[in-house]
Amino acid sequence: MVTGVWSDLAADDRNPLAGDPKAAKAGEYEFRINCALCHGLGARGGGRGPDLTRAQKKHTHSDAEMFQIISSGIPGTAMPANGTNGQGVGMTDREIWQIIAYIRSLEVKAPAKALGNAARGKDLFYGDANCSLCHMVEGKGGRLGPELTSIGGSRTREAIIESVRNPSRRLAWGLTEATKEFPQEYESVTLVTGDGKQIKGVTLNEDSFTVQVMDQDEKVYLLEKDKLRSFQKSRESLMPKYNPDVLSDKGLEDIVAYLVSVGTK
Amino acid sequence: MRGRVKLNRRERGDLPQSARRFAFVLIMICCTCLVLLHPAGAQVTSERLLNSAKEPQNWLTYSGDYSGRRFSPLNQINATNVRSLSAKWVYQIGATGKLETTPLVVDGILYATGQDDRAFALDARTGRPIWLYQRQLPSDIRPCCGRVNRGLAISGDKVFIGTLDAHVIALDSKTGNVVWDVAAADYRTGHSFTVAPLAVKNLVVIGASGGEYGIRGFIDAYDAATGERQWRFYTVPGPGEPGHETWEGDSWKVGGAPAWNTGTYDPVTNQIFWPTGNPAPSNRGEGRAGDNLYSNSLLALNADTGKMNWYFQFTKHDEHDWDATQVPVMIDSGGKHLIAQANRNGFFYVLDRTTGKLVSANAYGKITWSDTKDAEGRPIAKKEASPTLEGHTVCPGALGTTNFMAPAYNPQTSLFYVTARDQCDIFSTAPQPYEPGHAYYGSAYFPSEEARPYAGFLKAIDPATGQVKWQFQHTSPTWSGVLSTAGGLVFTGDAEGNFIALDAASGKPLWHFQMGGAVYAAPMAFAVDGKQYVAIAAGSAIYAFGLP
Repeated sequence: MVTGVWSDLAADDRNPLAGDPKAAKAGEYEFRINCALCHGLGARGGGRGPDLTRAQKKHTHSDAEMFQIISSGIPGTAMPANGTNGQGVGMTDREIWQIIAYIRSLEVKAPAKALGNAARGKDLFYGDANCSLCHMVEGKGGRLGPELTSIGGSRTREAIIESVRNPSRRLAWGLTEATKEFPQEYESVTLVTGDGKQIKGVTLNEDSFTVQVMDQDEKVYLLEKDKLRSFQKSRESLMPKYNPDVLSDKGLEDIVAYLVSVGTK
Repeated sequence: MRGRVKLNRRERGDLPQSARRFAFVLIMICCTCLVLLHPAGAQVTSERLLNSAKEPQNWLTYSGDYSGRRFSPLNQINATNVRSLSAKWVYQIGATGKLETTPLVVDGILYATGQDDRAFALDARTGRPIWLYQRQLPSDIRPCCGRVNRGLAISGDKVFIGTLDAHVIALDSKTGNVVWDVAAADYRTGHSFTVAPLAVKNLVVIGASGGEYGIRGFIDAYDAATGERQWRFYTVPGPGEPGHETWEGDSWKVGGAPAWNTGTYDPVTNQIFWPTGNPAPSNRGEGRAGDNLYSNSLLALNADTGKMNWYFQFTKHDEHDWDATQVPVMIDSGGKHLIAQANRNGFFYVLDRTTGKLVSANAYGKITWSDTKDAEGRPIAKKEASPTLEGHTVCPGALGTTNFMAPAYNPQTSLFYVTARDQCDIFSTAPQPYEPGHAYYGSAYFPSEEARPYAGFLKAIDPATGQVKWQFQHTSPTWSGVLSTAGGLVFTGDAEGNFIALDAASGKPLWHFQMGGAVYAAPMAFAVDGKQYVAIAAGSAIYAFGLP
């Protein structure tokens, strides 16, 4: 943790800058520089960082806990300790408190009652909506798409709805390697192997010479590119677009309610 | 045509004619069979540094020689046999964070640096360490962009590193013991060193990092023997100095213009060419009206005095963090003495290195910030490219078309090789007060979704035309530098951990090896006992490759 001029601020349990609109404004810019790459502009969640506008957060409750997490990171997650992500200057204690003031200023209370019905959403997820053919929640479901157990706690309702209605607009992030700048995205791939087998699936990972693919039957293929007859990638997601005629707004709200109920446990 | 290196008798070391002839023959024999000329631990004299071409088995400076070409004359590993290249050894540093070091090799010993100002000497044939050094850094340093170091300089019996707490240190090259240690600046005001210094004559030349904190940038030269500072060139001129009028009010005091990448040296004119970085705050021009000299410039300094002979500013009044700190490469072509730079702003510049006048400027990546040039041929920024309060998209992004990745120039193909990326950013600006030691960007930038996925390339540019002759597209953008060799090869690394050899003429990939960690460093080549190696840092290790 950074020490120095502002170390007196670190000892506090509560943000010494709480409720200060100027501090929140300064925190907004600090947030953009230090946090937005993962947590998104406006803290509304990005590819790998959760939405921070929810009042109820998975890892933190108090200001002191939030300070601790920003300073030291969260082991086992992509959340790095302050100043260790290699991009930009780390934050001083004062700047961390400004960011906390900013995040608090954004927080929206969860609606008293969920818009959808979680039980019905679960039925849809595992039933008529066919989500579980490709997505797993709490150990049950398919493997082709991203695992969704925690998604309801880390993404906004709007973000989840957008990924269902328009999955190609922003491809989900997959494998994140420790030393790599960019995570793998859920790109779809069509290829023909050297012996003429046609494969359609998603890229689990890729480099200039190899590609690791899961096909629609969840078979994993480990391939060398120079041995393929053809290899085509697409940013058109394999996930179908769920238009309202396929999945009603109400049904979608039910699924969101289910994912939120699981993801915020 | 002027010879590239023409030395008088004094500079050669005043050997009698017969001894010189004998030495010449010996050198020729050694070059051919790659036998060690000097025993391990021999002094690296300034004559050896000047004549590095005569000992191709060694890699004596950050870029391999004073020209900045990162070209190895070794050709044992070549386009015909590179397919059988294999790993010879790996040295694990055992630390986290990026490795940006280029090793030096002198007479069978490899010297390199690691995270948190580690330095070490290895047996270049086996990777076994001879000594290890780690700086005891203060706990409150806040270096921008990783706790990195790009390498050392060697001269006499010492190696030199700049540290993250803004010291310059000389280590004994046989033991790693500290010989001298001088504080160049106060790290608490955001100063640091990440650059590999350059040893020139009796001097160690080094440039400051800290453009993110509103430092006043400088380039220093220290006496290699004693550590006594011989000169300092402030990259932001003070009151009464030419160029001071290009800063509004007191903005010069915190004007940035760091000098965090290694320059080159022309012994014929005794000039050091050193590039400089962004003005501060990096993304907010308000409050520093003017061109902001000598930010984002190439400086030609007298090596003995640090006095400036000429400057060329690539991006005037920069608001996009486009440091011009890329290694400038000296190229002699058609009787012209040129210096070329693939700039972060997306243009490839060729200058006359005698006068500093622009010869050509051509885009080599995706750019939207300029569509016109001034009378001298310099790209001019569009007004609407300036960051706004709400933010808007400009290409290249803040990371640039290229960045610190070392380029290479191959005199055999006459091509300039550079790592490039196509990425656009949303640039927004905001008032930010200066506080010593605090981030001073005046802004934020954020990758724009418009250009997703971001593309990374190795590009081969013909300096005569400025056109890209071939390009190799990586799976994702890489931070690796490039090495070119007389074996008709170009070596580079990628973000996925591959070390790749390509045909220097065509760009065709010929060989690769998976190192298991992303590359943020540049490769180099050396030979020991007549065997050529190619080495690169990846993940948290140094790898050396050779033929079976």
